[in-house]
Amino acid sequence: METIAAASGITSLTWLLIALPVAGALILLGSGRRTNAFGHLLGVATIAGSFVVAVLLWLNMLGKSSDQRATRDFLFTWMSLGRFKVDVALQLDQLSMAFVLLITGVGLLIHIYAVGYMHGDDGRRRFFGYLNLFVASMLLLVLADSFALLYVGWEGVGLASYLLIGYYQTRESAGPAAKKAFVVNRVGDIGMSVAIMVMFAAFGTVTFQGVFAAAPSASTGIVTAIGFALLLAACGKSAQFPLQSWLLDAMEGPTPVSALIHAATMVTAGVYLIARSNPIFEVAPNAQMGVIVVGVITLLAGGIIASAKDDIKKALAGSTMSAIGFMMLAVGLGKSGYVYAIAFLLAHGFFKAGLFLGAGSVMHGMNDQVNMRRFGALRSVMAITTLTFGLGYLAIIGIPPLAGYFTKDVIIESAMARNPIIGTAAVIGAGLTAFYMSRIFFMTFIGPKRWTQDVHPHESPVVMTAPMVILAIGSVASGYLLMRNQTLQRWLEPVTGFTEPDGALRPLVLTGITLAVVALGIIAAVVLFLRRPIPETAPSKVSVLVSAARRDLYGDAFNEAVFMRPGQWLTRSLVWVDNRVIDGAVNGVAAGLGGLSARVRRTQTGYTRSYSLVMLSGALLVIVLLWIVRL
Amino acid sequence: MKNLPWLLIAGLVPLAGTVLIAVLPRKFEFRARWIALASSLVTLGVVIAMATQFSVGGTQKFQFVTSYKWIPAFGVNFTLGVDGVGLVLVCLAACLVPFVLLASWRDVQPGGSVKSYFGLMLVLQTVVIWVFSALDVFLFYLLFEAMLIPAYLLIGRFGGAQRSYAATKFLLYSLFGGLVMLAALIGLYVASQTLLGSGTFDFQTLSSLQINSGLQNLLFLGFFLAFAIKAPLWPLHTWLPDAAAEATPGTAVLLVALMDKVGTFGMIRYCLQLFPDASRTFAFTISILAIISIIYGALVAIGQTDIMRLISYTSVSHFGFIILGIFAFTNQSQTGSVFYMVAHGFSTAALFLVAGMMIARGKSRNIADYSGVFKVAPLLAGFVLIAGLSGLALPGLASFPGEFLVLVGSYLRYPALAIIATVAIVLSAVYILWLYQRVATGSPRGVVVGTFGEIRRREVLALSSIVALMIGLGVYPQVLTRVIEPTVKTTITRVGAVELAPTQIKDQVDKQVSKK
Repeated sequence: METIAAASGITSLTWLLIALPVAGALILLGSGRRTNAFGHLLGVATIAGSFVVAVLLWLNMLGKSSDQRATRDFLFTWMSLGRFKVDVALQLDQLSMAFVLLITGVGLLIHIYAVGYMHGDDGRRRFFGYLNLFVASMLLLVLADSFALLYVGWEGVGLASYLLIGYYQTRESAGPAAKKAFVVNRVGDIGMSVAIMVMFAAFGTVTFQGVFAAAPSASTGIVTAIGFALLLAACGKSAQFPLQSWLLDAMEGPTPVSALIHAATMVTAGVYLIARSNPIFEVAPNAQMGVIVVGVITLLAGGIIASAKDDIKKALAGSTMSAIGFMMLAVGLGKSGYVYAIAFLLAHGFFKAGLFLGAGSVMHGMNDQVNMRRFGALRSVMAITTLTFGLGYLAIIGIPPLAGYFTKDVIIESAMARNPIIGTAAVIGAGLTAFYMSRIFFMTFIGPKRWTQDVHPHESPVVMTAPMVILAIGSVASGYLLMRNQTLQRWLEPVTGFTEPDGALRPLVLTGITLAVVALGIIAAVVLFLRRPIPETAPSKVSVLVSAARRDLYGDAFNEAVFMRPGQWLTRSLVWVDNRVIDGAVNGVAAGLGGLSARVRRTQTGYTRSYSLVMLSGALLVIVLLWIVRL
Repeated sequence: MKNLPWLLIAGLVPLAGTVLIAVLPRKFEFRARWIALASSLVTLGVVIAMATQFSVGGTQKFQFVTSYKWIPAFGVNFTLGVDGVGLVLVCLAACLVPFVLLASWRDVQPGGSVKSYFGLMLVLQTVVIWVFSALDVFLFYLLFEAMLIPAYLLIGRFGGAQRSYAATKFLLYSLFGGLVMLAALIGLYVASQTLLGSGTFDFQTLSSLQINSGLQNLLFLGFFLAFAIKAPLWPLHTWLPDAAAEATPGTAVLLVALMDKVGTFGMIRYCLQLFPDASRTFAFTISILAIISIIYGALVAIGQTDIMRLISYTSVSHFGFIILGIFAFTNQSQTGSVFYMVAHGFSTAALFLVAGMMIARGKSRNIADYSGVFKVAPLLAGFVLIAGLSGLALPGLASFPGEFLVLVGSYLRYPALAIIATVAIVLSAVYILWLYQRVATGSPRGVVVGTFGEIRRREVLALSSIVALMIGLGVYPQVLTRVIEPTVKTTITRVGAVELAPTQIKDQVDKQVSKK
């Protein structure tokens, strides 16, 4: 394990990364209408400031030898009770640095884009306040030096997503969607709380350093329990099975929010958590297997759901589920997966943000419509959006030499080396990705016009297209840059470790198979969505699989039947019990005594007021008497 | 400075305010508010000045002790003094009242007496400050009962339609608890007479007695019953929703945020320290009741249709956490509990007050009558959300360190119970956010039309001050925990519970590291 030095010089400015957006959020949310005129610019400026600090810290880190890069910026002690000690201290190492660059960099582009996207919205200042809060929380999450402090960022991300998903407060569907996201995330938080409780009880510390030093010698039971508790937490934040249901509803927020949630922040938090906790999972193979299983289920389920959605944002949301599933699978593979998971996560940050911003650009030009059945032929009027979205599309499905090819291929290779079943699932996932992404691209940009009569699509302003162009460049180049000469592997190795996957299949053969499956996915999409006309309303006679996928594979129906309905019944019955049984007993006893005493003492008036008057005078009398006695 | 009778003064200032208000001519009645506010601010100043003199971890267990002979025949003295726990609760009482007064400015309906409303609030403050600092058990008992009088009058004279029923229920319930406690008090006196030769009510003397365990159990239960009613612990909680819902918001705050704390305070100060063996005996049973309170309170809160009742039930759930932490007997859990008492004071105050402001505008406590408050009054809605977020223990706000420390500390003693308690993490999100969703989001409907307006500057001042305190405590809880911890340590030592440091694994690791 690498040593962590106390922050000095420029690294003692690590806190600025978080303080800038926090200050932005406080000013924007606390100042009221006064800052309406320039609030959005302030919101962009704070993130830009953070990004500059991040780059400076990164350059500084590059100048040090690989085992001297981690620093700890101690600010103050948050809680200290006996052995339970939690500092507010920021640990900046290679893993958190990678996330910080992603969060501030992609976050900045999304902020800039949102200036244009939210133009004319009454609440734009408030919106940027929430965005700043989101970025600040996510930065705290990846910079915390203990699980307890991480929890603060973790919940902050939950709060910010709640505020942003429910941003359109007067829309009837936004409130429930936001609440659902928060509540489901809190189910995951149970895992986080339990993990912290177990850690403290077992190790007497909740800092990363302390826990990771103790984990190897702990009993298997304890590390497995911690591992599964952390997995539950990760499932909540990263929308993994069985806590995936909030993500598809989270589309209620404005589109830049979706880009932020899906690319730079929030859903990547679960992957970060497990990668960060690698010393625990390394000694808890059962928990690791749990991570793999969750990842595999989600990557397939997300792909299936994405293939059946007509709403462009929901289709992309399914795609995120699936992509994060890939990352979870990779971190579940242990030392032969962490680096690949982070590589895919970073590349995904570029292309998924680009895809969402592209979708937002389409909506911007189409009166906020989202139904892809009423899109088509947009390439003729939105050239830049088509190009950037197209590059993101090619990147995510893994066409060489774009980002997805370099980063997803290695995950498949590593999965196949672990177990052919897992590997095959990953290959199928890649095929599904090719299918649903082609479907989205064809239905939106190619084919004949199916527009409603009131739309006049047009390209978006430069403030929106410029970030899309930058993200598209990232989608093309990031994979190569990260994987060339094992750049990322050498960067992360001191934190996560690395072992070369050792599979039976030659990598080149596997790449060939994967590309063939991807090609199959594209061909299927061409046949179904390019050669055949697309009905303007969704056909109702569809296969069982399609109708299941349209209903999110019955995830909501399951939750409703198993948790919501019985929960409602339980609360209603308990309210009844409380009013009738418990309070009834109290009132019954009181009435009984009252009746009894009324018969015994007819002198009593039955008015509490006169009782209390008597009591008051009695008490006063007692006090006066006591004073007299004392004197 | 330290020898000033700080606690006596801190209680006399509001009393002086009451006297001033009482002699106020009727035509200047409205001035009562200003007198009350001024006196509460002076009280706050006195308490802050006192707190700066407190020496943390000093050799003296109790500080600022002042004692006057009262009834020498029975060994009763008027003795005041605070330890760390008492100090933070006195601070809570001093901090909350000015904001409550500010927010209650227009609570008195036309025809009601402004003089008595504000006068009674100040009397209540005096009693509460002294009840937290009494070092004579008899004095404590007297104040514990005396507290009921202003509270009863505040509920019964200034509340909603069902106020008489609620006030009577509150009074009878509390009197019942008090009566049982009186019996236990006499028993305690007799026991001290047997052990010492002459009876005493002096807390410090009594808290070093070794009463035989059979008697301890009985006396413990006598005190505990009164405290459990006040706290309130399931199943003795049903007076609270009625009282809090029918009272004015300001009274509800004093009732739930302040007076109920006397219950949990009493458990730590009296149950644990006077009857340590009995405390150990009953700890597990009480912890089970606490868990039931946590889950049950949260579930019933979800099912409420009345805003004020909903908030009351969330308090039942939170008091469950506090009691669980007290009886888990670990440094972290009990310090967390005391911290939570203060934090819950502020967050519940914020919730009741902001709900009261909404109800004053909508003239209804029924959640279903509201919709879309955000559209009409975004500031009001914002405060509903922030107060609610503190209620669901969001990190960064005051409740979180309390709840988190209780969970972490309780897990050491009762792992299974602590894990069950984490379910409340989800339930609290449901009751708060569902409430917010119903009243604040969507388009304005029901009572949220017409004259329904934004909150005024005075109300913003009261709420934002409380929010600032909540954020301050959430970010820097050490300011309180440092004061609380030494007291908790001595309490746990007195209880004689086996100390549960984290398991040996840590030590093994230490050894291995040192070997390397």
